[in-house]
Amino acid sequence: MSLTPDDIEKIAHLARLGIDKDALEPLAADLSTMLDLVEQLQAVDTEGVEPMAHPANATLLLRDDVVTESDQREALQAPAPATQDGYFLVPRVIE
Amino acid sequence: MHDKTLAEQAALLASGDLSSSDLVEHYLQRIEQHNEALNAYLAIDADAARQAASAADEQRKTGNAGPLTGVPIAHKDIFCTSSMPTTCGSRMLQNFVSPYEAAVVQNMRTAGMVTLGKANMDEFAMGSSNENSFYGPVANPWQTDRVPGGSSGGSAAIVAARLASAATGTDTGGSIRQPAAFCGITGIKPTYGRVSRYGMIAFASSLDQGGPMAQTAEDCALLLQAMAGHDLRDSTCSPAAVPDFSAELNADLKGLRIGVPQEYFAEGLDDGVAARVNEALAVLEGEGAILKPISLPNQGLCIPAYYIIAPAEASSNLSRFDGVRFGHRCENPQDIDDLYTRSRGEGFGPEVKRRILIGAYALSAGYYDAYYKKAQQVRQLVSDDFSNAFAEVDVIAGPTTPTTAFARGAKSDDPVAMYLNDLFTVSANLSGLPALSAPCGFAEGLPVGLQLCAPANQESRLLNVAHRYQSVTDWHRQIPANFA
Repeated sequence: MSLTPDDIEKIAHLARLGIDKDALEPLAADLSTMLDLVEQLQAVDTEGVEPMAHPANATLLLRDDVVTESDQREALQAPAPATQDGYFLVPRVIE
Repeated sequence: MHDKTLAEQAALLASGDLSSSDLVEHYLQRIEQHNEALNAYLAIDADAARQAASAADEQRKTGNAGPLTGVPIAHKDIFCTSSMPTTCGSRMLQNFVSPYEAAVVQNMRTAGMVTLGKANMDEFAMGSSNENSFYGPVANPWQTDRVPGGSSGGSAAIVAARLASAATGTDTGGSIRQPAAFCGITGIKPTYGRVSRYGMIAFASSLDQGGPMAQTAEDCALLLQAMAGHDLRDSTCSPAAVPDFSAELNADLKGLRIGVPQEYFAEGLDDGVAARVNEALAVLEGEGAILKPISLPNQGLCIPAYYIIAPAEASSNLSRFDGVRFGHRCENPQDIDDLYTRSRGEGFGPEVKRRILIGAYALSAGYYDAYYKKAQQVRQLVSDDFSNAFAEVDVIAGPTTPTTAFARGAKSDDPVAMYLNDLFTVSANLSGLPALSAPCGFAEGLPVGLQLCAPANQESRLLNVAHRYQSVTDWHRQIPANFA
């Protein structure tokens, strides 16, 4: 399986990940090597095998439905790059 | 004092022959003297450490101290701290100070431990050499042109160079055990869910597990005791009872069945590593254990399955770094897409980008079944291999890594060659089992690690076997010459 610089550009867009133009070619090569590595999975017979999502599949617990969080807006917004009146600021989204 | 193990220091603190203030001062001086050569600490809070030490000494006088009260520790910079920055080795989190603390950090402080600082690591825990840190690589204390392993390379180097009594680490595919092996220390990845992941920055949530790194298994038992336990803030944290991890340390190994997977002793395993591990197995046999050849037939599929599952979960987890709520934000974003794309493009380093991309690809429409679902099915097969093996043996033993620490730069241009470092370690993460690495000698002057793996929730068994081994060997006592 081999990926092209165009493929990398498409995947990078899906991940909203900025990639320099001159990094597309080497990334395509690296990712193709990674796909070659995982390609051997395709030859394994997994007919009827349940996918294992998690080692804790059987033990996940639900907690009681009670309020556990207090209002910590100020503390939680302290690391934000830009806030105003308790909101996170981003460039205009709606024209 | 730094040549003593954590357990020995704890005994001296308990008897009053040593004060926490003196111990902390001693380590602060050593850090001052040696950290530049290693780049192992990213942040040190000397004043807070001195205060905590003096509070610990006061607490001792009042008689309500625990075994770890006043013992200094370094935290991997993946654990959120509210009094020091938490960078996760990334430019994305440069200067980030968390509004809350990780459960592990809280637990260790509740146990009375003194935090010295934060340990360098591969960016977002992705790497096996510590060369992926935005803040520069960490040197291996045994040979400073060698890598310390990764991703908990700073933690391992700190313990090996005796710049703290212990350190915390995290292990997603071997990130505690591989650096422990490369640096000649002991580290344990507990059973998945044994230690809370709350406040531990997520890489691959179904694989990530925090654990202790120290000189000995006895030290690790004390540390894990404080670290482990149910936490409602992490829904995957196990409600299983936490046993007394030190209670069985000295248990007799007579009749213990140790499985030796033939797949681990195959092509690619360094001769020196194989020799040291075989010698260690002979020592365990001398202690009464019975060695039994076993097979883990799907061992060869672990790396491929891991390199789908881990990047897929990472690409999902790392979507939270969007330049809006915390972390790096680009200058003058034109619109919201530009804000996301440039903030992430500038904030993440090359290996993190590779993994986000491969993960996004594996999860994208049309490829999900072929990659992610297939990898999860293979994960089940790998897990079944262990269930089958543990029907016949109590513990599985082998090398932690295929080679000893390699030279800095040797594999940094070849991601896949780097991934093969995890050849023997990822299976424990895929199956959620506890596994430990303990030093078992040297090959050409570099430490070799013996890996032990046990069924779920049997950390005590691992610590027991390693402690018995360390009772009749002294590899864990060796200190790199430049840091003696």
